[in-house]
Amino acid sequence: MSAAVTLPDEPPSYPEEHYLNNGYSLKSWLTTTDHKRIAWLFFFALTFMFLIGGTAAALIRIELITPAGDLVSDGTYSRLFSVHGIVMVWFFLIPSIPNTFGNFLLPMMIGARDMAFPRINLLSWYVYMIGALAIIASLFAGAPDAGWTFYTPLSTQYANDATIIAAVGVFIVGFSTIMTALNFVVTIHRLRAPGMTWFRLPLFVWSMYAVAVLMLLATPVLAITLLMVTVSSWLHIAIFNPAIGGDPLLFQHMFWFYSHPAVYIMLIPSMGVVSELITTFARKQVFGYEVMVFSMLMISIASFFVWGHHMFVAGESTFSALVFSLMTFVVSVPSAIKIFNWTTTLYKGTISFDTPMLYGVSFIGLFLVGGLTGVMLASTGLDMDLHGTYFVIAHFHYIMVGAAVTAYMGAIHYWWPKITGRMYPEMWGRFAAITMFIGFNATFGPQFLLGVAGMPRRYHTYPPQFQVLNEASSAGAVVLAIGYIMPFCYLIWSLRYGKIAPPNPWGATGLEWQTASPPPEHNFGGEIPVVSRKPYDYKHYDAEHGEWQGRP
Amino acid sequence: MMFAALTSNAGNAPGYLGSDVGHTIVKFLPSAATPMAHSWDTLFFWLIGISGVVAMTLTAVIAILMIRYRRGRKVNRDFHITRKRELWIEFSWSLPVFLAFLAFFYAGANIYVKAFTKPNDPIHIDVTGKQWMWKFEHPNGAREIDTLHVPIDRLVELDMTSTDVIHDVDIPAFRIKHDVLPGTHMFLWFKATRLGTYDLFCNQFCGLGHSKMRGEVIVMKDADYAQWLDDQQVPNSPAERGAALFRAHGCSGCHMGNAAIHAPDLAGIYGKPVPLSNGKMVIANEAYIRDSILFPSKEIVAGFNNDMPSFRGKLSEGEIQEIISYIKKLHRDYRNQP
Repeated sequence: MSAAVTLPDEPPSYPEEHYLNNGYSLKSWLTTTDHKRIAWLFFFALTFMFLIGGTAAALIRIELITPAGDLVSDGTYSRLFSVHGIVMVWFFLIPSIPNTFGNFLLPMMIGARDMAFPRINLLSWYVYMIGALAIIASLFAGAPDAGWTFYTPLSTQYANDATIIAAVGVFIVGFSTIMTALNFVVTIHRLRAPGMTWFRLPLFVWSMYAVAVLMLLATPVLAITLLMVTVSSWLHIAIFNPAIGGDPLLFQHMFWFYSHPAVYIMLIPSMGVVSELITTFARKQVFGYEVMVFSMLMISIASFFVWGHHMFVAGESTFSALVFSLMTFVVSVPSAIKIFNWTTTLYKGTISFDTPMLYGVSFIGLFLVGGLTGVMLASTGLDMDLHGTYFVIAHFHYIMVGAAVTAYMGAIHYWWPKITGRMYPEMWGRFAAITMFIGFNATFGPQFLLGVAGMPRRYHTYPPQFQVLNEASSAGAVVLAIGYIMPFCYLIWSLRYGKIAPPNPWGATGLEWQTASPPPEHNFGGEIPVVSRKPYDYKHYDAEHGEWQGRP
Repeated sequence: MMFAALTSNAGNAPGYLGSDVGHTIVKFLPSAATPMAHSWDTLFFWLIGISGVVAMTLTAVIAILMIRYRRGRKVNRDFHITRKRELWIEFSWSLPVFLAFLAFFYAGANIYVKAFTKPNDPIHIDVTGKQWMWKFEHPNGAREIDTLHVPIDRLVELDMTSTDVIHDVDIPAFRIKHDVLPGTHMFLWFKATRLGTYDLFCNQFCGLGHSKMRGEVIVMKDADYAQWLDDQQVPNSPAERGAALFRAHGCSGCHMGNAAIHAPDLAGIYGKPVPLSNGKMVIANEAYIRDSILFPSKEIVAGFNNDMPSFRGKLSEGEIQEIISYIKKLHRDYRNQP
């Protein structure tokens, strides 16, 4: 089954002028306001941070092969998981899809020439880099060792100075998030092409809208919280320190008020990506478009009212715990609806198994497992035992890696032809996608069992009864690492040797496919397109010839 | 060499059944050692079962659809749906999900509320977490570190506090855990119904030695527990030390029935509601007594003046604990009066 749909006339040729050859100098990149080039800047920075976070994860998995602490000291181990969490959450996962694919695609998908505020868009990258440099500086200052959650009074009274440097780095990167989110909201409101009504927006654009609103409302709370941690650590004031009248639980409330919505900041973009993948490779209108939109908005609103489910056994009142538990079940319903809708979209579709689709289907499976185990943790009674164990670790890695990173990899493959003008090698792509799926399950599947057996998280050494499962998990991590390294290699290879991509290799309906690959500087050559149809109108689209049939 | 640890059997107390410590094979759920753990297991297996069925059904449906409608296969792909029907389908799968979630919520809340409601007349054991050890103190003053002896079939309540950061008492075989916070008291209770030695973990990251903050809970026969208590060197019970502090720091000068300065009598106060000068009521629990010692002007008992000095910095955390034990004992003695 051939991956690309070859256009009937000439073999595709590389366009003469496009956004990539519009200046090769370093200055042309560092001062660009082209959203597509800024997406590349983020892509490089994120990949670098992913390598730091991934290296820390690899060392953690090697350390846990034996019950004794034989590879690194307890201090180093604390630093490894703190750095892994801080880097992966704030410097990879949260910006991952929005700042790369959101930046690249959002203006193209709504028929705009650029973002509403191109210079703020560039500033967002510089602010991100300052935050990232603070994190890297904290590594040289001894590396943070209080966990990514900065729980007080550990972080304010007992942790090393690098912890506070890292907190400042996270504080700074928050402003990058806010700038990008602001840009998205304004762009979606103001720059839609003629005829691109709200309910003709692709679901990926809706996901960017939902996530931007979340970022705008939640990130300031994190900034305030970390500022309070920093101030109370430097000036020894009482806010979170019980020894002088402060309240450590206050920190947890404020932290999770941001950090639970943050889970959806990481997840919602991947739902948007997968909606694009499933519809394109099933060549079918998404089932229940409006319901998909509203469920995404529902999730982003409701996610603000569930933070207390991180604190069932932390000392909140029984009544609060029950309310937060109930709210958590409520917010799970829209996620379940989305899974049903993606599944139903496949019904009577015309399905192909190209690499992005393999990632899309992996996403559904992994998100399903992550979601179902999340439902178990939402139940106060079960959380009483499972809280803080490897069951929780496995659960949120299924969501944040299994779902979010899988969707990110799917997005890279799906839009690679558009972004680079080259095809990736299809067989390698499929092989890597399957390897990643197997490796992921082999790594985190055993961790569910570890959690049920009672192994607490953040343990440097552990009792011997947990060893076999830890070994299984570490072995799985090797497969997972191979799954990540393969695309890294063949994608770089494809930049030079990949087949030249046609404008619309997948026969997709989105506006981003109606222009050259790679696109010209302002996306649509001369005129911006006029939209007259619903999104994903595959019934009236002849994918083989790229022509619309029938009236809209 | 790597598997050498698997065959070690260290920490297994001989003569007891159901030991989970030092097991030599892969173990999934630790053996349930309390009635609470049994109801937890029931709920867990129900939810795992339902989740498994849902996950496998959906996976099968996706696989069948993907094979049946794969590109290039000749098959009827005519798909028409009205908006009304679409919404009806959405509704018809959302409602059962929602109802199932309500049931899960209810089943979980049932166990949770029971677990976090104080039991009647338990054995009180004081637990203090500090970097990186657990200190236990039995009602007669017997102390132990990282090992907790408890009698079988008796309600045991752990009164827990921390002297530094947040810790967490986690006993997987009992399926319970709770954070242990500095500056306040948290509780956990259990009724062990199975003899044996069980793991005790610190479950809240508390600094470098976190993973070494482990211990074990030994469930003993009543007589054995009594014997064990008798065998311990008991210096002074915490309440006795508290009584001495109570006199030494001059508390008794005001807080005894016949004192010159008018202050609330503390006998029998523990666990009772206290009316405050601002019209509110508080329960005189450990947190309230602690606050009253450290921040006396925060909550004034109705009918009294703001006379008491703060003992912040004058009493160590341990000494405050001992005074609280003394006040609790006053309560128990008071209640036992004919």
